[in-house]
Amino acid sequence: MKLRTLILGLCSASAFAFAAHAEAITIATVNNGDMIRMQKLTDDFTSKNPDIQLNWVTLEENVLRERVTTDIATKGGQYDVVTIGNYEVPIWAKQSWLLALDNLGSDYDVDDLLPAIRGGLSVDGKLYAAPFYGESAMVMYRTDLFEKAGLKMPDKPTWEFIGDAARKITDRSAGINGICLRGKAGWGENMAFLTAMDNSFGGRWFDEKWQPQFDQPEWKDTLDFYVKLMKDAGPEGASSNGFNENLTLFQQGKCGMWIDATVAASFVSDPKNSTVADKVGFAIFPNKEGVDNHGNWLWSWNLAIPASTKKAEAAEKFVSWATSKGYTELVASKEGWASAPPGTRTSLYNNEDYKKAAPFAGPTLAAMDAADITKPSVKPVPYTGGQFVAIPEFQGLGTTVGQLFSAALAGQSSVDDALAAAQAASVREMTRARYIK
Amino acid sequence: MATRQTGTLARFMMAPSVILLLIWMVVPLAMTLWFSFQDYNLLNPAQTGFAGLFNYRFFYSDPAFFQSIWNTLVIVVGVLLITVVGGIGLALLIDQPIFGQGIVRILVISPFFVMPPVAALVWKNMIMHPQYGVLADMARALGLNPIDWFGQHPLLSIVIIVAWQWLPFATLILLTSLQSLDGEQKEAAEMDGAGFVSRFIYLTLPHMARAITVVILIQTIFLLSIYAEILVTTNGGPGYASTNLPFLIYRTALLGYDVGGASAGGIIAVVLANIVALFLMRAVGKNLDK
Repeated sequence: MKLRTLILGLCSASAFAFAAHAEAITIATVNNGDMIRMQKLTDDFTSKNPDIQLNWVTLEENVLRERVTTDIATKGGQYDVVTIGNYEVPIWAKQSWLLALDNLGSDYDVDDLLPAIRGGLSVDGKLYAAPFYGESAMVMYRTDLFEKAGLKMPDKPTWEFIGDAARKITDRSAGINGICLRGKAGWGENMAFLTAMDNSFGGRWFDEKWQPQFDQPEWKDTLDFYVKLMKDAGPEGASSNGFNENLTLFQQGKCGMWIDATVAASFVSDPKNSTVADKVGFAIFPNKEGVDNHGNWLWSWNLAIPASTKKAEAAEKFVSWATSKGYTELVASKEGWASAPPGTRTSLYNNEDYKKAAPFAGPTLAAMDAADITKPSVKPVPYTGGQFVAIPEFQGLGTTVGQLFSAALAGQSSVDDALAAAQAASVREMTRARYIK
Repeated sequence: MATRQTGTLARFMMAPSVILLLIWMVVPLAMTLWFSFQDYNLLNPAQTGFAGLFNYRFFYSDPAFFQSIWNTLVIVVGVLLITVVGGIGLALLIDQPIFGQGIVRILVISPFFVMPPVAALVWKNMIMHPQYGVLADMARALGLNPIDWFGQHPLLSIVIIVAWQWLPFATLILLTSLQSLDGEQKEAAEMDGAGFVSRFIYLTLPHMARAITVVILIQTIFLLSIYAEILVTTNGGPGYASTNLPFLIYRTALLGYDVGGASAGGIIAVVLANIVALFLMRAVGKNLDK
C-alpha cells in the first residue's frame, strides 16, 4: 500500500513538474468590475498563447496598493504584472522599479492612447505602464431641476455659476441639495476633489522650492468657497461622504449637481440603479473666472511590469493583449459597447457604436482632453499629478490635510485655522522628507 | 512528587518550546526597536542610515499625538463602561426562563460575528447617516433635525459602534458566570428576606467579579487597537477628533511606507499599552488571585 502511494505521489509530482514547463505569470489586480471582466475573458489570451499560464491575485484597492508596494520596494519578485494607478507609475519608474514597455507589438498603436493618459505614464518619453481604463472628473447635473429653476448649464461653467445654481436648486424640505461634493478625509477622497478644485482656482500644493502653499490666497479662496457652498447647498453630514456615498445620494435624486470622477457617469445613467437615469446632463469641470484650468483630474488603472520579474517577455505579451484595441473589441462583442473599458484610446471615442451605446462618451473625452497632469497648475510646480501630487509622501500628508479640511467642513474649526494647521503639517512633513532644505 | 532530578528533567524537556516562544517574541521586538532608530522608507531606498531619536521625536511632536492618546483612552473606557454595565443587564435579562430563550440568546450574541468593517459600514450608511439613516428618519418623524453623527460627535459614534460589537462578548461571559451561581444560595437569601437589589449587590455582583475582570482585561487588549471602524467611517476626522493611536501610526507612517517611523510609533504604542495594562492589573487584576 505504502509503496503504491509513494509511486502515485511521485507520478503526480512529475506531472506537475511537466505542466510547469508552460510559463506561469502572476498578475496582481484590483477587484473592480472591469478587472473581473478581464479575468473572465482570458481564454482568448491563453488560446493564442498556450505556453503561458495566468495566475491571478485579486485584491481590494488599498490592500493591493499595500501588497504590491511592499513587494516591489523589497524586490520580492512575487508578481510579474501589477495593476497600479497613475500616482505610482512616475514614482516607481524613477526608482527603476518598472520595466519600460518597448515591445508591445506592431499592432499595439501606442499613438492611439489618449495623450493626457500617456503623458502621465511616461518618464523621459518612455512608457512604463499600459493604461487599462482611465477617468477624469466632470459636473453631473439634473436637467429637470435646472429647467424648473430656469437655469441653463453653460458648456464651460465657472465656479460662480455653479455656486449660484446650487443655491437656487436647493430645496431642503423636498430633500434636494443643490450640490454634493466629497467631504470624507483621505488623500484619495476629499483631497482628490479639493486639489483639483484648487488647481482650477489657480492654486498649487507647492511652489518651485517645495514650500507648501496653504498660506496663499488661492487655497483660502478655494476652501472658503467650498465650505460656504456646502453649508448653503450641500447635504447633511457631508464631512463623511466619499465617492460611494455621493453616488448613492445622486442616484436617489437628492443632489442637483455632483462633481466627481467621469466613471460615475455610467452609474448615474444606468436605469437599473439610478432613479434619475434619464435626467442627467454633463459639463466640464468648472474653473474660476479668468483661470484657464479645469482641475486636471486624471486617474487611470494601468498594467506594469516590475523590474524584478524573470518572465518579462510573457508578461509584456499579456499587458499588450489586455490593453489592446483587440481587447476592447472582444469586450464589445461579448458584453456590448457600453462595457468597453473607457478613457484610454482615441479610437474608442471615434467609434460610432460606442458613442451610441454611451451617451456620456463625448463629455468624458472632453474632460480627459482638458486634463494635463504634467502641468497641473497655471503656476509653475516642481511635481506632476492632477488631483494628487506624485511624491511618495503624498498619501500620508494628503490624509492629514484631508482630516483638517473635513473639520472645517463639519464646522469644527474655522477655514483659517484649518489652513494654518495644514501649512504647519505640510512644512513639518516636507522638512522631514528633506524636500525643504 | 517531583524530585530534584525530575524537576531538572522537566525543565530540560520544556526548554525547546520556551526558547521557541522567546525567539518568537524577542526577535520581532528587537527588529522593531532596531528599525525605529533607522532612517528607512521603503519608497526612498536612497535615504538610509542611523536616525537616532529622530523618528520618535517626529512621532510625538505630531499635533495629533496627545489628542490621539486621549481618544484611545476615551474609546477604551467608554466602550468598557457600556459593555460591562449593559452586559450585566442583558445577562440578567436573558438568564430568566422565557419562551424562545435559545433564539433570543443567539440574536443577542450575533453582532459579535459581524466583521468590524461591515458593522461600521452598516452603522454609517443605514443607521447614523443624516440623509437616509434610520436615526435620521426617526428624528424627522418626531419633527427634529437629524443629527450628523460622524460630523458632530465622531468619537461618540465610534464608541457606540464598537460597544455594539463587544456587548455580546461581555454578555456571553457574564451570562455563563451567572448560570454558575448556585440556586440554593439565591433561595436562602430570598428566605432571609433579601430584596432584588440587595441580592444583586451582595450575592450576584461578587459572584460575577472574576468574570467582569476577565471581560475588562480581554476587551482592553482589543480596544486599544481599534482601527477598522475608524478607517471606514471617519478616517480619523473631522480634524483629529476621532484619531486614536493605531490610526495615527497608520496615517503618519504606514500610509507613507515609512518603516522607521512606523516602528517608532509601534514602540510608543507598546509602552503606552503596558502602562495601561500595569494600572489595570493593579486595579482589577487582584480579583483573579482570590
